[in-house]
Amino acid sequence: MKNKGLIFDIRRFTVHDGPGIRTTVFFKGCPMSCRWCHNPESQLDKPEKYFRNIPLDGRHFILEETAGKWMTVEEVMNEIEKDRIFYNESSGGVTFSGGEPLMQPAFLLDLLHACKTEDLQTTLDTCGFAEKKIIRRMMDQVDLFLFDIKLLDDAEHLRYTGVSNKIILENLDFLAGNRKNVILRFPCIPSITDSKSNKDALKALAEKYHPGIREIDLLPYHSLAKGKYQRLNKTDQHDDIPAVSMEEIRKFKEELEKTGMIVKIGG
Amino acid sequence: MTDRIKKLREQSLNAVNCISAERAQLVTEIYKSGLEAQVSVSVMRAKTLEYILENKSICINEDELIVGERGHAPKATPTYPEINLHSIEDLEILDSRKKVSFKVDEDTRRIYRDEIIPFWKGRSNRERIMRSMTPEWHEAYQAGIFTEFQEQRAPGHTVCGSKIYRKGMLDLIREVNEVKAKLDYSNDPDAFDKEQELTAMAIAANALITFANRHADKLKELAAKEENSSRKKELESMEAICRHIPAHAPRTFHEALQYYWFVHLGVITELNPWDSFNPGRLDQHLFPFYKNETEKGSLAKEQATELLEAFWIKFNNHPAPPKVGVTALESNTYTDFCLINLGGVKPDGSDAVNELTFLILDVIEEMRLLQPGSMVQVSRKNPDSFIYRTLKITKTGFGQPSYFNTDAIVQELVRQGKSIEDARNGGASGCVEAGAFGTEAYILTGYFNLPKVLEITLNNGTDPRTGKKIGIETGPAEEFTSFDELLKAFSQQLNYFIDTKIKGNNIIEKIFARYMPVPFLSLVIDDCISNGKDYNAGGARYNTSYIQGVGLGSITDSLTALKHHVFGRKTISMGGMLKAILQNFKDFEELRFELIYKTPKYGNDDDYADEQARTVFEYYYDAVNGRPTARGGTFRINMLPTTCHVYFGSVLGAMPDGRKAGQPLSEGISPVQGADSKGPTAVLKSAAKIDHIRTGGTLLNQKFTPSFFEGEESIPKLASLIRGYFRMNGHHIQFNVISADTLRDAQKHPEKYRDLIVRVAGYSDYFNDLGEDLQNEIIQRTEQHSL
Repeated sequence: MKNKGLIFDIRRFTVHDGPGIRTTVFFKGCPMSCRWCHNPESQLDKPEKYFRNIPLDGRHFILEETAGKWMTVEEVMNEIEKDRIFYNESSGGVTFSGGEPLMQPAFLLDLLHACKTEDLQTTLDTCGFAEKKIIRRMMDQVDLFLFDIKLLDDAEHLRYTGVSNKIILENLDFLAGNRKNVILRFPCIPSITDSKSNKDALKALAEKYHPGIREIDLLPYHSLAKGKYQRLNKTDQHDDIPAVSMEEIRKFKEELEKTGMIVKIGG
Repeated sequence: MTDRIKKLREQSLNAVNCISAERAQLVTEIYKSGLEAQVSVSVMRAKTLEYILENKSICINEDELIVGERGHAPKATPTYPEINLHSIEDLEILDSRKKVSFKVDEDTRRIYRDEIIPFWKGRSNRERIMRSMTPEWHEAYQAGIFTEFQEQRAPGHTVCGSKIYRKGMLDLIREVNEVKAKLDYSNDPDAFDKEQELTAMAIAANALITFANRHADKLKELAAKEENSSRKKELESMEAICRHIPAHAPRTFHEALQYYWFVHLGVITELNPWDSFNPGRLDQHLFPFYKNETEKGSLAKEQATELLEAFWIKFNNHPAPPKVGVTALESNTYTDFCLINLGGVKPDGSDAVNELTFLILDVIEEMRLLQPGSMVQVSRKNPDSFIYRTLKITKTGFGQPSYFNTDAIVQELVRQGKSIEDARNGGASGCVEAGAFGTEAYILTGYFNLPKVLEITLNNGTDPRTGKKIGIETGPAEEFTSFDELLKAFSQQLNYFIDTKIKGNNIIEKIFARYMPVPFLSLVIDDCISNGKDYNAGGARYNTSYIQGVGLGSITDSLTALKHHVFGRKTISMGGMLKAILQNFKDFEELRFELIYKTPKYGNDDDYADEQARTVFEYYYDAVNGRPTARGGTFRINMLPTTCHVYFGSVLGAMPDGRKAGQPLSEGISPVQGADSKGPTAVLKSAAKIDHIRTGGTLLNQKFTPSFFEGEESIPKLASLIRGYFRMNGHHIQFNVISADTLRDAQKHPEKYRDLIVRVAGYSDYFNDLGEDLQNEIIQRTEQHSL
């Protein structure tokens, strides 16, 4: 199989991206450019060099690394296979994340087929911004969708992520209509996604899809990515995002639970 | 926790370690009496124990439920001059050293100066051993190639089985007499030796009964004076217990605990065996008593808990007897390694977890004491609820319990020739050592510095630290044309030093068999009685001697670096590499950066690196495994360091893995500190590439920050991590749950963290009691990725 995908990381023992112990394959390239993105190296759809400054023996060394590597399905599967024993023990599996995996549909589809041949649980972590026909081709190979909902007002969505949310909401509706296994994920970004109107709209969305969709994960904003922006020489727009209030997130969790949804913080 | 336990626990935590000269004085008195010239060595040793137990002070602490102290008070620690003789300078060091100090008062110093030292100088077993070793042994020992466990402490490394819960000392004396009656002097050339040993055993058994009766007398006295009527009743019932056991088999939960405790004191008073002694499968031994009494209604769950907690405190009152000289460095922190085993399987192979298992887990969580240590045996037969409950204790940041793979331990023991039942009755003790409890003497003989052997190989037999030729000439490293040639030379050097170590062991084992028998311990471990043979002479059903390999991660990464850079990519010559390490990477900083950041490392599930771990393991196994011991047993390997990786690092120059001179080695089978960057599953995969089943134990340390445990799903995920490792035959894993910042703060403000316990290499210790280098190492160890 000649088909290659651009992957920026494969991380083992990820425990927040679906059930059990998992390996997460991070695709490089994203249609959005969210203001709060904590994976800035995932946005551009080609390899990027970056430099790590490492102090040793009183000197500083520069370690050159490349984010993004063209890999074959076989190469990715070899990495995935390494932790099979732990997937088996924990009912875990593989998560495709990014970036946006749906930006590389042919490669993703090959990987999903390969995983299903190997009887591995598959989870797709997606922003939902893709053509419907792509979603349709994928959806039977995906055991679980982690579907991001960020801003429900289209203008706001466009302003903070660079794209409209129209197609995203349609895709969500399509998956729900096909009774797919979906967990909604909502990033709690202070001053951006945590407005009352956005939260109310999310609650309404939850009410609309419950019980077809049973779970929402609230992802509290963190600023751990600052160093990444520096290494990539990218402007960090995080500075004007205030610190997250766990208290408020917990309150929102309770509010959402009234819809009957299972609500988890952190996912 | 009841008020009583709170008080006793507080007392135990606040008690100050001190040296007690009482035992040394009593031993000196009986040896001076002239008896030694009249009786056999076995009988002399039994008479010595009897003399101590008849004359030592009896200590009963206020409100205690389980009685008996080795010294005159909690943490009063005796010495064993017949084994190793402390000099006045040693006592000064013990008194003044920062870590794990022991107060030495004026009286003790005087007694040592006037009575103990003059009599024992030149007569101690340590001196006897040192006189008997060859010059090659001494050179390797001084260079830090290996350590020797038995030079300062007696062979111990054994665990009590189920026998004492079924048989009283009088029953054992009856058995001794039966064997004696059947001795056949006309056909058995060893009949006389056996008769002497059996006589000694009977003396020792009686001595313990006397000791218990002295406690009963004291309890009676206290009861008579006691004004509080409920305590008076308690004292009276404790008196009755001490009159019944250990003469007879225990009938109740309380009697069973008190009986074990007397046996424990007998063993650690007779000599100073390594790893103290240990009740082992406590939930299994006590369950019949617990079940019977709770069903009858004579024991409430709360009472059982209080008794267990009182029992826990007794262990904490007994620090390891301090050593002298260089071994204080070799093992820079020590408690006595009692390791309570919970769970596992029954002799028929079925799930052994019971109601008491969970109760004891509650006790462990509530007591949070350093000693006794605790572990859980996890078999695939055990329910998840058991492992989940245990992980909730791990989550609290208390380094206990550690996790052991029962199914692997059973395979390890059966491979060594044990019956399946004996294997299932076994477990792990000390740090991680597999053993058949109640039936095996599994003696650890010393740590072995694998990276040091590579250093000697790279220097053609010379130790670069001293310039002395201590190894054999395997050719100048610069002339090796392939990695295989290097491996071959390493293997020859390894075999030379293992031979040197084993020659020493075979002498030391004979010295203990001949001069330091332990008739009391022999009563407890099968089949010493029926063999009429001492524990130290090979009387146990199974006899194993271990040499513990240290620095697997360090040597693996060093070999990989040589393979990759010198022989593979040829980016540096062997001469260049040797120069770099000789200069401790001065002017070779770029190279060091390459070695650390751009070289495959063990612990990342990378076959290129892990292959060297397998190779070293196989060489080490072939050099040691299967060779006969002087006790009629077999040499085996295990892979654990206690804290010896720090000492071994201190005698080692810079290495090709980028490690600088003097830095600690990797610990157990864990990767080099900071070398693993692919997360815990990759570490476990790497660690499982060596064949744990052919060892008697391996040690793997994983550190998690507390944040990992947040969220309800973390517990089942960690459980799956453990189960996955165990499915690959991993022997042991332990978790440190701590943040590096907390530890840094603890270094700055030790006073705020007095109760901070961390696991170091298979056991727990107070962070404040660790040397600074160990503290730093724990801080440095890679925090797990997925947090």
